[in-house]
Amino acid sequence: MSDAEREIAVDYLARVEGEGAMYLKLRGDEVLDLRFKIFEPPRFFEAFLRGRRFSEAPDITARICGICPIAYQTSACNAMEAAAGVKLTGGLRDLRRLIYCGEWIESHALHVFFLHAPDFLGYESAIAMASDYPEQVAMGLRMKKIGNAVMSLLGGREIHPINVRVGGFYRVPTERELEALVPDLEWARDAAVATTRWVSGLDFPDFERDYEYVALSHPDEYAIHEGRIVSNRGLDIAVEEWGEHFEESHVSWSNALHARRKDGGAYHLGPMARYSLNSQLLTPMARAAAAEAGLGPTCTNPFRSIVVRSVEMVFACEEALRLIASYRRPATPFVDVEPRAVTGHGASEAPRGTLYHRYSVNSDGLITEAHIVPPTSQNQLSIEEDLRAYVPGRSHLSDEELQWQLEQAIRCYDPCISCATHFLDLTVERE
Amino acid sequence: MSPSRPKLAVWKFASCDGCQLTLLDAEDQLIEIAGAVDIAYFPEASRGMVEGPYALSLVEGSITTAHDAARIQEVRRVSDTVVTIGACATAGGIQALRNWGDVDEFLSVVYAHPEYIETLATSTPISDHVEVDFELRGCPISKHQLLETIDAFLHRRKPNIPGHSVCVECKLRGTNCVMVAQGIPCMGPITQAGCGAICPAYDRGCYGCFGPAESPNIASLASWWGQLGISDGDLVRALRTFNAYAPEFREASEAYERR
Repeated sequence: MSDAEREIAVDYLARVEGEGAMYLKLRGDEVLDLRFKIFEPPRFFEAFLRGRRFSEAPDITARICGICPIAYQTSACNAMEAAAGVKLTGGLRDLRRLIYCGEWIESHALHVFFLHAPDFLGYESAIAMASDYPEQVAMGLRMKKIGNAVMSLLGGREIHPINVRVGGFYRVPTERELEALVPDLEWARDAAVATTRWVSGLDFPDFERDYEYVALSHPDEYAIHEGRIVSNRGLDIAVEEWGEHFEESHVSWSNALHARRKDGGAYHLGPMARYSLNSQLLTPMARAAAAEAGLGPTCTNPFRSIVVRSVEMVFACEEALRLIASYRRPATPFVDVEPRAVTGHGASEAPRGTLYHRYSVNSDGLITEAHIVPPTSQNQLSIEEDLRAYVPGRSHLSDEELQWQLEQAIRCYDPCISCATHFLDLTVERE
Repeated sequence: MSPSRPKLAVWKFASCDGCQLTLLDAEDQLIEIAGAVDIAYFPEASRGMVEGPYALSLVEGSITTAHDAARIQEVRRVSDTVVTIGACATAGGIQALRNWGDVDEFLSVVYAHPEYIETLATSTPISDHVEVDFELRGCPISKHQLLETIDAFLHRRKPNIPGHSVCVECKLRGTNCVMVAQGIPCMGPITQAGCGAICPAYDRGCYGCFGPAESPNIASLASWWGQLGISDGDLVRALRTFNAYAPEFREASEAYERR
């Protein structure tokens, strides 16, 4: 077996959002070829955004991803507001952060319970898992529902919310409307603590990586909806400097552009990056849950991302409760944003990592150029490097076992291929 | 768990995944649905992929590649009933804006190596390619309407999905007309109901994400919008969003573009 070439191919990667595939060819422990393929058909958002009104960007770019529309709406609003020299403050800023907490709870619950936990427990899906783990599946469904409820109250609906606009919202909730969310969020916070405890006891492969972690960072809070772009290797830049430090290239096997550091290589976005860079700003129960789960100041085993994601759910619930407790309804639902003929940059932390937008707008308020860099396209190189590093020492595994573990490794990133373009297909070939 | 449970498949074409996510967002009903039907093929939720034929196929997304144009024929072949879900599958989606553009130019704007990308010049609805048994509108679809459609399928009855306009839902909800009372341009009078008239309840005009209602009087609405000072350019943009290629919106947007 060790000298034979073999191929492992997954033609349609399951439990990810969108259409992707993987192909691996190896001889013994040696990886001869490896491709993480994204074959989601392109939809050309950056092309057809040209000529659209600047105020349409949040609603149009939301349609890039049904799983994380708030990330798209927020990054688009941030870019348009930056172009106009507007910054949200007070209650409007709090509401933007609150609806994003809802998206983190919803998306993380979906990933932890439905997309990733079945890998660790040996099930094809959470539905198949439900008869043996009814309590966990029920808990995951309820947490997801509560995240969705936050998005629906503030956004009108959970998928493609209608209430987010450049400059704020169309209608802002009353204090009483938000208070109605409190009992459920308190339950979800405690459930997230229990989830962290549960997932920290799963079996994790011994696998550590030396990543360059990149995430937004903010001096006063665990960054979600704004901040500077920082890394654990000394990067510390304003969002508008993104293009000076990162670049994208187009490879033949992927419909999503690969991003890399200009002076380096792959980098890693998402919960593990945020935790490693910003954990000192986590809320008290989230910090306690992380400590109890055995997380140190950083986490470098990608399989443990499920633990970090659970800690972030604790945080998102606590943060939502804090924002609701201090909320005073703003006098106006939005601030006026007058377009200027300039370029604006915006970024925010989608559940799966930093999402960067850049728009140029003309004096009529029409978009002349759009550039969108989703987190999954930025994580592609890191995913490929993980797979390359994972195989040595494990080639004794059967094709089926190896394929399962490699799929699991890809799912650690909660890849959203619809964002990056769309589809994952895994092939392993042995010589 | 009787073996006679009908097999359900969920297929994805060019889309954002939001409409199939609606099924997973049915948190209170999901386990019950999984008991009533065999969720045999749903890659977003399960790596277990049971072969067809399938009693019911839910199809998300539009056709934008030659490969997908062939794949939808295969989906039709292995499915007793095909229900398309959402604006992409029923009208081509936002990506149908390419139908008025030059796709080669679009490719060069987004990709350094357009030769690596396989794509068609158009984004078209599923019904342009195969016979569709029922279409569910919306960007995204309504969870309530999805559950109603699955239930109707299980009981072999016609889904109760009204074709009237969003205006009816505003009346049912008790929302004052935002166009009359606040002068906000609203597409509610020409847009099919189903969302629950969310936008006007949030002090915003409807933006047409459920596509054209039955017999929409677009000329009348355009005249009202003109009185509110909305330019033809903004009118065309409003008609050309998520349901741009739905015939009624398409014809109207082309007429106002020429005006």
